[in-house]
Amino acid sequence: MAEFITMGGYAFYVWASIGVFVGVLALDALAPLAQRRRVLADIRGRLQRRAAREQREHGGSP
Amino acid sequence: MNILTLWFHKLGSPPTFYRLAGLLLPWCYGIGLLLGLVALYSGLVLAPRDYQQGDAYRIIFVHVPAAWMSLFAYAFMAANAFIALVWHIKLSEILAMASAPVGAAFTFIALVTGALWGKPMWGTWWTWDARLTSELVLLFLYLGVIGLNAAIEDRRQAARAAGFLALIGVVNLPIVHFSVTWWNTLHQGSTIRLMGPSKIDAAMAWPLLLMALATHIWFFGSVLMRARIALLQLEGGKDWVRKVALDEGAAGG
Repeated sequence: MAEFITMGGYAFYVWASIGVFVGVLALDALAPLAQRRRVLADIRGRLQRRAAREQREHGGSP
Repeated sequence: MNILTLWFHKLGSPPTFYRLAGLLLPWCYGIGLLLGLVALYSGLVLAPRDYQQGDAYRIIFVHVPAAWMSLFAYAFMAANAFIALVWHIKLSEILAMASAPVGAAFTFIALVTGALWGKPMWGTWWTWDARLTSELVLLFLYLGVIGLNAAIEDRRQAARAAGFLALIGVVNLPIVHFSVTWWNTLHQGSTIRLMGPSKIDAAMAWPLLLMALATHIWFFGSVLMRARIALLQLEGGKDWVRKVALDEGAAGG
C-alpha cells in the first residue's frame, strides 16, 4: 500500500499527472452543465417577454 | 430515396439528433468513466514496474491516451468542418465546434503530463523538440478555432470560418505523428504500433489500450453534450426548443 502511494519515489510526478487528467476531464464534463442551464434560462426569458408583449398588444385596452 | 439516406436525413434533423444524443449521452459518460477507472486501477496497481523508469513510467497510462485523443479529436473536428463547408450541413458545423474544447482539453492534458514525465526522466519540464513543439502548435490551433468561433456573432458564419481554420490546421497532424521519426527528438518513438510488433509487454499494453478506449467513448459523450447545447442555441426560436425549455423549467432545471 505504501509502495502504491510513494510510487517508488516518483509520487509527485505520477499523482500530479493522474490529478491533471482526472481534474481536466471532470471540468470538461461539468462546464457544459452550467452552460446548458444558462441557455435554457435565456430561451425561457425570451419566451416570457414575448408572451407579455403579445398580451399588451392584443388583450390590453378594450 | 433509399432507407439509408432517409435514415441519415432523419438523424440530421435537429430534434431527432437532440433526442438520440440525449439517450446516448449517459451511456458514453458512464461506460467511459467505468472503463477509465478500471484502466487506472490496472495501470497503477496491476501492471508491473518498468525495469528502467521504475514507477514513473505509469504516467504513460494517462499521457499517451490523452495525446492520441488530441489527434483523434482534431481529425474528427476537421472531418466535420470539411462536410460542413462542402455540403452546408448544420449538424456537422455543430459537431466540429463541439469537439474543439474537448480536443483542447486532451491536448492540454498531454502537454502537462508530458512535462511531469519529462522532468524526472529527461531532467527538464520542457524542450523545444519537434514532438513537443508540434503538440503545442496543436493546442494553439484548437484555441484559435474556439476563439474564432466565439468572436463572430452569427453562429453559422462563425462555425464556417472556424471550420476553415480547422481544415488548414490539418497539416499539423502528420507533423505531430511523424515528428519522432522525421527528426531526432528527445521524445521517444511510438511504443504501440498498428503496423508491426509493439514495443511493450502485454501486462502494460492492455491498461493503456483500455484507457484509450475509455477516452474515445468519453470524447463522444462530451461532444454530444456540447452539440445538444449548441443546437438549443441555434434553434432557439423553434417549437421543439421551446418545448424543451419549458419542460425543463417546469422540472426546476
